[in-house]
Amino acid sequence: MPTTSTKKSVLQYIGLGLFAISLLVFTAMLGLDDYKFNEEQILTPFAAGEDANYWQQDAAAFHQAHLKIAGEETGLFSETFGTTFASEKKLKQTYATAQARVKEYYETEGLPQDVDGEGNPKTNEEGEPALVQMWQVELPDWKLKNNAAGWIKNAATGPVESNPWLFFLLTFGLGALGGLLYIIPKFSAQPGIKNDHIFHNQLTRGLDLSWRSVFLTLTVVGILVYGFYYMDDKLVWPAITAAIGLAIIGLVLFVHHSWGRDARDAGPEDYSGWLGILAGTYFIAFYVLLYWADQHVVAWVHMVSPISEGIYQYFSGYNEGGEAGKWFLYGLMYTFIMLVMGVRMISKYRHNKYQIIRTISVMFFQLSFAFMIPEILLALNKGWHGDKATLPFQDMKNIWPLDYDFFHSWSIDGFIDNPGSLGMFMLFWGIILVIVGVPLMVHLVGKRWYCSWVCGCGGLAETMGDPWRQLSDKSLRAWKFERYIIHGVLIFAILMTAATIYSFLPNDDYWINRTSFLIIFSALLAIAMAVALVAYQKSRLTISKLGLSLGVAFGVGMIALNIYYMTFGGDNYLFASTGNVQKWYGFLIGAGFAGVVGTGFYPLMGNRVWCRFGCPLAAYLGLVQKFQSRFRITTNGSQCISCGNCSTHCEMGIDVRAYAQKGQDIVRASCVGCGVCSAVCPRGVLRLENSSEDIYDRAETERVIHIDMENGISLMN
Amino acid sequence: MHVAIIGNGIAGVSAARWLRKLDDAVRITIISAETEFHFSRTALMYAYMGHMRWEDLMPYEPFFWEKNRIDLERNYVERVHAADNKLEFADGTTMLYDHLVIACGSKWNKFGWPGQDLERVGGMVSAQDLQYLEEITPEIKKAVVVGGGLIGIELAEMLHSRQIPVSLLIREGSYWSNALPPEESRMVSRHIKSHHIDLRENTELDTIHDDGKGAAGSVTTKDGEKIDCQFVGLTAGVSPNVSFLKSEESIELGRGIKVDNNLRTSVPNIYAIGDCAELRTPREGRRNIEAIWYTGRMMGETVAYNILNKPVEYDPGIWFNSAKFIDLEYQVYGEVPAHGREGLASLYWEHEDGEHAVRINYEASTKAVRGFNLMGIRYRHEVCEKWIATETHIEEVLQNLGLANFDPEFYKQYEQDVVNLYNQQEGTKLELKTKRGLSAAIRFLRKAVST
Ligand SMILES: Cc1cc2nc3c(=O)[nH]c(=O)nc-3n(C[C@H](O)[C@H](O)[C@H](O)COP(=O)(O)OP(=O)(O)OC[C@H]3O[C@@H](n4cnc5c(N)ncnc54)[C@H](O)[C@@H]3O)c2cc1C
Ligand code: SF4
Ligand code: SF4
Repeated sequence: MPTTSTKKSVLQYIGLGLFAISLLVFTAMLGLDDYKFNEEQILTPFAAGEDANYWQQDAAAFHQAHLKIAGEETGLFSETFGTTFASEKKLKQTYATAQARVKEYYETEGLPQDVDGEGNPKTNEEGEPALVQMWQVELPDWKLKNNAAGWIKNAATGPVESNPWLFFLLTFGLGALGGLLYIIPKFSAQPGIKNDHIFHNQLTRGLDLSWRSVFLTLTVVGILVYGFYYMDDKLVWPAITAAIGLAIIGLVLFVHHSWGRDARDAGPEDYSGWLGILAGTYFIAFYVLLYWADQHVVAWVHMVSPISEGIYQYFSGYNEGGEAGKWFLYGLMYTFIMLVMGVRMISKYRHNKYQIIRTISVMFFQLSFAFMIPEILLALNKGWHGDKATLPFQDMKNIWPLDYDFFHSWSIDGFIDNPGSLGMFMLFWGIILVIVGVPLMVHLVGKRWYCSWVCGCGGLAETMGDPWRQLSDKSLRAWKFERYIIHGVLIFAILMTAATIYSFLPNDDYWINRTSFLIIFSALLAIAMAVALVAYQKSRLTISKLGLSLGVAFGVGMIALNIYYMTFGGDNYLFASTGNVQKWYGFLIGAGFAGVVGTGFYPLMGNRVWCRFGCPLAAYLGLVQKFQSRFRITTNGSQCISCGNCSTHCEMGIDVRAYAQKGQDIVRASCVGCGVCSAVCPRGVLRLENSSEDIYDRAETERVIHIDMENGISLMN
Repeated sequence: MHVAIIGNGIAGVSAARWLRKLDDAVRITIISAETEFHFSRTALMYAYMGHMRWEDLMPYEPFFWEKNRIDLERNYVERVHAADNKLEFADGTTMLYDHLVIACGSKWNKFGWPGQDLERVGGMVSAQDLQYLEEITPEIKKAVVVGGGLIGIELAEMLHSRQIPVSLLIREGSYWSNALPPEESRMVSRHIKSHHIDLRENTELDTIHDDGKGAAGSVTTKDGEKIDCQFVGLTAGVSPNVSFLKSEESIELGRGIKVDNNLRTSVPNIYAIGDCAELRTPREGRRNIEAIWYTGRMMGETVAYNILNKPVEYDPGIWFNSAKFIDLEYQVYGEVPAHGREGLASLYWEHEDGEHAVRINYEASTKAVRGFNLMGIRYRHEVCEKWIATETHIEEVLQNLGLANFDPEFYKQYEQDVVNLYNQQEGTKLELKTKRGLSAAIRFLRKAVST
């Protein structure tokens, strides 16, 4: 019977079934446990610190007492809750009751008098007793936020909590088994292009433009609205972001004349892929829970805790400790998925050695550098230095600005305070990579060495995301959006990091201080601008004047800002609290863009949404690739038949055919060198190559020219 | 000046693009009955197999035409009135032109087989052919494809992707043996069979039988064998799609539209290009109709110059082509006759896996290299072309064979094996001097320009 799906064996159907069961268990297990709160555990975080003064001790005692009473009243300690939602609700209710009581007490009894470091009562200038402020003694909101997930996790009792291994086997185990049962039989098929029916399949055929717009709008608006609460009800951050977003939309649609121009919208012609919509929604929900509502996923964390403890205790030699947090859960899932889907990638591109080697490379880097080595370091470190552990939990292949908190003070402290030399080594390693390693490697072989051989985000995109690579938008309009957005994120990352370093540095005479930083920063900006201008003059590449002007305007503006701060000083670079800049970046880019949109949108807009539109490191590597690299994709003479396989399967949305059919070599900032265009070309037209020989001449427009009025007729002039 | 172009295939579109490139003022209209926008005919199969969406087949975004001021007219030209410079459309409207370019392409051949006009019998050339196939696919339990050319194997692969068993009937003893040398032809045959397509060599179609409802139900071969099937694919070649011109006597027709070396028909302001053009005096060693993508593109470029009063003779340069037989890639450069030629020596190397081969043809007397035929291996077009154009000595070519290699990184390189084979056959001691690499290849190509 004719079908529009690929041929599957019984074993493969069993595999799919097992995988579906594992997914079901994985989802359902979040609702299996009951939650019973233990009074002592809830009160502990409110105990007074060792060096608390008298009013702090009093306040702590009040907090505990009122929480206890409130808990007894609301039934927090006596009831058993069936869901995390009910538990959270009750916790909030109890907390609010206690908060009101504490506040009421201080309002009626008056605030206590403050004391100085020695414990002597403080007075103000008029000689009256100086009272403490209300915020110093009330029950703060953040204590609930910070502790809720932990309380709920510890309150869990039930099947998951008592049988973590069973659930691990039913989810991770069964999922991997099912996946492999589905994948391994594919090795028996003959090697060759395996793209049959990807646009017939409900999971991989993608959505039409209106569906994509709906998802995108809802997600962006959702993130901005939540961002308002996340930033403690400050409107300014989401407002600035929305304004920049609107400015970009305006630029692309009106300044670049995309409005009213019929673009390639590349959706399926008929109804949309509902399995893809489901998958996208599931991924998005997963990330939202993981980042911002982890109290609801404590069952997952329970499940993987024995593994975390196992690794920790094995390497540290301790008999306890090493409980999993949500990041361990995420890391473990990430690694599992990449390994299983890596096998799939290899089976799919078995005819292509480049694909095989590069897939093994990303699998290796994920398993070792991203997952195991940091875990082991953490364990070993604790073993050596007891609880004063400071050794960074650092993934050595994660490079700033993708690793956006590399320069945050806790991170730098982590590197510097470490008693051994490993921390300092990692700090220097990280900086050298950014300044020398990255440009040099990109110069030699293109950004692919990182983006599709090493990087974890790229690795996930190339393995788990491969089934959706064809969904990237190839329109010129999308390319225009891409350039504004990704460079915007790069600028944001640079600003945020500059503010961070500025705040971190001392204001004193020692040579590493704020002034010298501002000078170095300005010099780097000046060099970058000079390089860009020279490249613009020299190369015959088409660079948009508008883009160049915006870049220069940014550079000049930043230098002016630096001069301002050199002259007038100030604690906060950028006229805003550095902490808030970092917080917003972490929320918007680190979690919202890289996570929710980055992976959640795989089935909606392709597997490299983050890499293409958001990753600041990719933007940086891309600039080097475009202006200073030997890497390009060469086109084999006139052999292109304009079939479009290359463009369709380019995950970065590069319209490869537009170049290939003109015989041009392809030099594009965004190309991650995945090599898939070359692999799927049915006429052998494309080859990833490194050589600076004539690179810009061959990337010129139209090389498949057969007539030249001066030089006569040849294949190419 | 108004140039009307009949046909939005690669030939017509290339003509329009070059007209616009060379002249900002000329008014350009492309007429096609087939689709609104130009699409890549060579990629039809990928839409059916689900590798691409229909709009992925379009090389240019919809706004391209407006931006370049190329008017698109979706209509069928019923008649050309050459004396009045007028086109008459199927809907009764007309259009005037100053110059007319006919780029009306090909249609698939019917050779008078009984039953060839039944339902569920068809070729695979146009968007409508594909649409029809898509519509009837649910009814096909088994299919027969007739004809051993490049389209036949594509159609077989398409049906196979839908898990429809396919019998592929070819007249010859091995696949495409009128174009491929015997070894390569046999390799393709083997490859097709290994993909579970029922390739029947030395088999000709005799009759297509009605299933009682006006559609194909089975076929019989000339040997009298009956094969049940619900679809018969006719892919025994294509021929120029010129029937609508029969009524206009001033345009001289042969098999196609007769054109001179400037691609001009018998009417001075009418040109013909692409699949439908028949050259009165083709270059030596070339056919008068070459229905392939690349010649359409070159003719489109050439005709633009001629219309704009910059006379250029059509010169297709050194022959090249490529194809893919399921998973087996094929490239050819220069002279590679299926049955050889007097005085032409051939170095043929085949990998023991039977899926990779290199053939290098050279003049037995002067040792000048003449052609390359590659199976499962990619070679650089420009490098091969330059070697052929400059009549490079075969031994020089062999020693630098790495310059030509275009396989992806990490692929095994077979140049040494080819050199070894030559040494063994000729008793020479050549060594491979240049390995694969772009820098060397570009330096080699640049040298050509300066000498
Ligand atoms: C399935 C398939 C695979 C192929 N693969 C390859 C390959 O791999 N490599 C290669 O080199 N070649 C290949 N070819 C051949 C190649 O596609 C053709 O040579 C090329 O498309 C011809 O282009 P053209 O512009 O001359 O004509 P066409 O592309 O055929 O365009 C002619 C257009 O004119 C329209 N038209 C005709 N008459 C009228 C009229 N009276 N009024 C209005 N419109 C009219 C037609 O509807 C059609 O749209 C393949 C062909 C097919 C069918
Ligand atoms: S252009 Fe090719 S190599 Fe580059 S990202 Fe796209 S598919 Fe990958
Ligand atoms: S480069 Fe290859 S895949 Fe891309 S359009 Fe040309 S022939 Fe097709």
